[in-house]
Amino acid sequence: MSVLVIADHNNSVLNVATLSTITAAGQLSGDVDVLVAGKNCQAVADSAAKISGVKRVLICDSDICEAQLAENIAPLVHQLAEKYSYVLSAATTTGKNLLPRIAALLDVAQISDIISIESEDTFKRPFYAGNVIATVQSTDSKKVITVRATAFSAAVSTDTAAPIEAIAAPVESALSKLVSEELTKSERPELTAADIVISGGRGLGNKENFKIIEALADCLGAAIGASRAAVDAGFVPNDFQVGQTGKIVAPKLYIAVGISGAIQHLAGMKDSQVIVAINKDADAPIFQATDYGIVGDLFKIVPELIEALNNA
Amino acid sequence: MQREKMEYDVVIVGAGPAGLSTAIRLRQLAIENDLELTVCVLEKGSEVGAHILSGAVFEPRALNELIPDWKDKQAPLKTAVSEDEVYFLTSPDKAYKVPNLFVPKPMHNKDNYIVSLGNVCRWLAERAEELEVDIFPGFPAADVIIDEANVVRGVITNDMGIAADGKQKDNFEPGMELIGKYTIFAEGCRGHLGKRLTEHFKLDDNSDPQHYGLGIKELWEIPEAQHKPGLVIHGAGWPLNESGSTGGFFLYHLENNQVSVGLITDLNYSNPYVSPYLEFQRFKHHPQIKQYLKGGRRISYGARAITKGGYFSLPKMVMPGAIMVGCDAGTLNFAKIKGSHTAMKSGMLAAETVVEALSNGDEGGQTLTNYVERFNASWLHEELQSSRNFGPAIHKWGPYIGGAYNYIEQNWFAGKLPFDLHDNSKDHQQLKNKQQANKIDYPLADNSISFDLLSSVYLSSTNHEEDQRCHLKLSNADTPVTINLKDYDAPEQRYCPAGVYEIVTSEKGEEQMQINAQNCLHCKTCDIKDPTQNITWISPEGGGGPNYPNM
Amino acid sequence: MKILVPIKRVVDYNVRVRPTTDHTAVEISNAKMSMNPFDEIAVEEAIRLKEAGIASEVVVASFGVKQCQETIRTALAMGADRGIHVETDVELQPLSVAKLLKAIVDKENPGLVILGKQAIDDDANQTGQMLASLLNWGQGTFACGIKVESETVVVTREIDGGTQTLSLKLPAVITTDLRLNEPRYAKLPDIMKAKKKPLESFNPEDLSVDITPRLKLLEVTEPPKREGGVIVDDVAALLDKLRNEAKVI
Repeated sequence: MSVLVIADHNNSVLNVATLSTITAAGQLSGDVDVLVAGKNCQAVADSAAKISGVKRVLICDSDICEAQLAENIAPLVHQLAEKYSYVLSAATTTGKNLLPRIAALLDVAQISDIISIESEDTFKRPFYAGNVIATVQSTDSKKVITVRATAFSAAVSTDTAAPIEAIAAPVESALSKLVSEELTKSERPELTAADIVISGGRGLGNKENFKIIEALADCLGAAIGASRAAVDAGFVPNDFQVGQTGKIVAPKLYIAVGISGAIQHLAGMKDSQVIVAINKDADAPIFQATDYGIVGDLFKIVPELIEALNNA
Repeated sequence: MQREKMEYDVVIVGAGPAGLSTAIRLRQLAIENDLELTVCVLEKGSEVGAHILSGAVFEPRALNELIPDWKDKQAPLKTAVSEDEVYFLTSPDKAYKVPNLFVPKPMHNKDNYIVSLGNVCRWLAERAEELEVDIFPGFPAADVIIDEANVVRGVITNDMGIAADGKQKDNFEPGMELIGKYTIFAEGCRGHLGKRLTEHFKLDDNSDPQHYGLGIKELWEIPEAQHKPGLVIHGAGWPLNESGSTGGFFLYHLENNQVSVGLITDLNYSNPYVSPYLEFQRFKHHPQIKQYLKGGRRISYGARAITKGGYFSLPKMVMPGAIMVGCDAGTLNFAKIKGSHTAMKSGMLAAETVVEALSNGDEGGQTLTNYVERFNASWLHEELQSSRNFGPAIHKWGPYIGGAYNYIEQNWFAGKLPFDLHDNSKDHQQLKNKQQANKIDYPLADNSISFDLLSSVYLSSTNHEEDQRCHLKLSNADTPVTINLKDYDAPEQRYCPAGVYEIVTSEKGEEQMQINAQNCLHCKTCDIKDPTQNITWISPEGGGGPNYPNM
Repeated sequence: MKILVPIKRVVDYNVRVRPTTDHTAVEISNAKMSMNPFDEIAVEEAIRLKEAGIASEVVVASFGVKQCQETIRTALAMGADRGIHVETDVELQPLSVAKLLKAIVDKENPGLVILGKQAIDDDANQTGQMLASLLNWGQGTFACGIKVESETVVVTREIDGGTQTLSLKLPAVITTDLRLNEPRYAKLPDIMKAKKKPLESFNPEDLSVDITPRLKLLEVTEPPKREGGVIVDDVAALLDKLRNEAKVI
């Protein structure tokens, strides 16, 4: 019973989602190895080696792995997988791209986007955009799994480092090659990918007032969202809408400002780790879904919050 | 705009019981008479049944005639009515059970079935398709084609892909002309084309004003111990009587531990503070009702206006090139609280009339007055005629005395008393000024029996493509504030069962009407009840609106 | 070049689903079913490639119950040329679907397979990648841009934090993301024409594919309801909670 975790990284930094994956791996077995495949990725391997629970780091440092193309990495993992009971990766776009390719080579089903581990072969995962939770049991001998990072805490770094072993590069597939990569340099993170989301609702009253949401988002490096009511009222464009008919978000922190909490909206943000609501109506349904609420005038509270954050 | 055309012998608007029965009967007769006859049905819902909402206790009389072997063909009539109870709710916790003897005869439900009318329509659509009817779900008829000779020639389907600002989007697709020798309008209660035709051809000149109710319904799954399959409960009284309003409720036990519960609020209510939605929510707390719902889970929600004026409100149903059938015209039998069998029958009669005309060499476009004769000679006429006074009696004398009158007329005289009761008031003119009305303090939702409005709308699975023109048109943009808000405290905020209308304060601190058209359930109440008739419901892009399963 | 577009029949995205009373499945009786929206984008893209003269034929394939044929007809009404239905009542999981698709690809020899990145029912996001793996073809997942060249296809992909452009050797598998295109509305005459377009039907046995599910669905539940939390008095208290209790800022 051992686990191979495929590290998600950009050749210099380990993605935090992998830390959560390592936590999930630790729940399956005490025997967790991490594969770092890339080019000039020693720093990533070094930091992976220090993560609590990691027994060994395998590094495959090669031109062929530089772009981490699934066509090249999948055969590499396929070979390694012989020795492991589980292959795990974070359910990032990299993990989602790679793991099914490995599962097919192994002729096993993949269990996608798990949110909890019930036993060695049984997992919970969301169906229907999280509207129902399914408990699924794998009948395959090897299990290929992607992990929803927000559902598991991040494993911490320790002072001791696990051994790092170099492994040979795979054969280049020639099926695909990287042309270019464009990472968004937006000042604001993308709504569905942000760690913090500040959403405004009808309570803001008008388009002009929505600016205080932007100001608060600037302080926290947050993305901006809105309720359908705010979109309908024309405060912000459609693509800001969070909710059943808009975007589904699950950030670490979701702050709902002047949003009453219609169920359509709650459906779009209920998986957030921590939900805060600022609303003048103590009976607003949003407070039934929040971890922390402040009842009061948002035009007083939000500026206070901005000031406190700026002075911190 | 130059539009593409498609031609059929008969174009039917609306795939409800009336439209589908028309289509089936048309094709049956065409096959019997070896007649070439092409038929299409347009349906605005995303699929047949998606917009159908009814109680429903179903009387199989018309179905027996249309598809006699419906049992073999597995029609979804699964739960026969086993018991019939009628209650007057006299207070929030007291009820008076009307002894069976005193229940007006039409309200007895022996030999009837508790059904999901949506599923009945899904089944009827399959039968129609077997008979080579082309059914087009997701294609609303947006407009009627009336030629220079004032003859209905067909309909135009909605343009698709027009943005909220009126500009054509990349996926713009112009609507098509569907040309028919005859067009049958079967849109259901307050069809937007039926309304236009009624005005254009003055179809209601010789009828009493039409009357409406708003039915709000929920489907529940309840603990098995509380479930009595086949039990039908009807009644009236509390809570509507507190505001002097009338209406009635139903609670039907279907199969699979499901019950369908609903409240119909007559739309002639006068207190602008009445919220049919909140009346329904508090109604469910009555012990007589709650005993069945407690511990259950609510699985669906919806609302639809019903046409209930009855016999005296029936408009002329024929016009050049077209017939209006079912609830679009108003064939519901309010004494029975049933409209499906009458709607079906009215459609079948239309089919018979059209086939008769076409097989005699008619080229279409005529006013088929034969329809009136067929109608008058049918059981449909007899049924509506005999219950003609039912609604007016209640409007005139309230549920108690009106109810007593109905009992006497229906049970002792089988509807043949030589009196005619007329109700010449119009539903939208009944609202009192807000100063003369008492505000109603509705209880908060407890989230186990009663729920807030938006969580209900959520269960209707309604949606509309966001970037499209608003399908709720205001003739005058100021009226909602200058009249509705000022005089009636904006009653649309309360009568809309989907939270479409909201008064919000603008940037300049002015109050204005916000229309959340995306929530619309297509119930048509705003089109009916708006005090100045300033709101016109038009068809949104195809496929928009609720997606009711099993309603 | 022929394009194969696999499409899935799913519960319409507007329909709110819930677990059945016995919690063994998702309640979908009489729920409106539609083409998976991501697959609709795939169909649209394939048709556009045909309209641009790049593709010669668009073949759609759907696997599952009899009613999948309705979904195929929808794609044919949009403009696909012909349909393939593999009929089975067995619950099909992504690995089985990928194997069935491989069998179809072996028969049809398309130059490109375009399909949705995931289905909105099981949200698995696996089939395209698995198919590419079984075929040993290149894969362009989560595509928001596709450009077909003579020997290759250039795919722009949505990745966390931006986009990435790959060049894939043809034949290849592409999975679509939301921004790729806006699917067209089918026109009434095309819906009529679609009824007459060819539609072939097979059984999984005809294709010699084992479709035994590998995952067992043990239970389906509603997500845990969030409990109401605490109301704090002021901004300072809130920041204290966020920093020291929740540790999110």
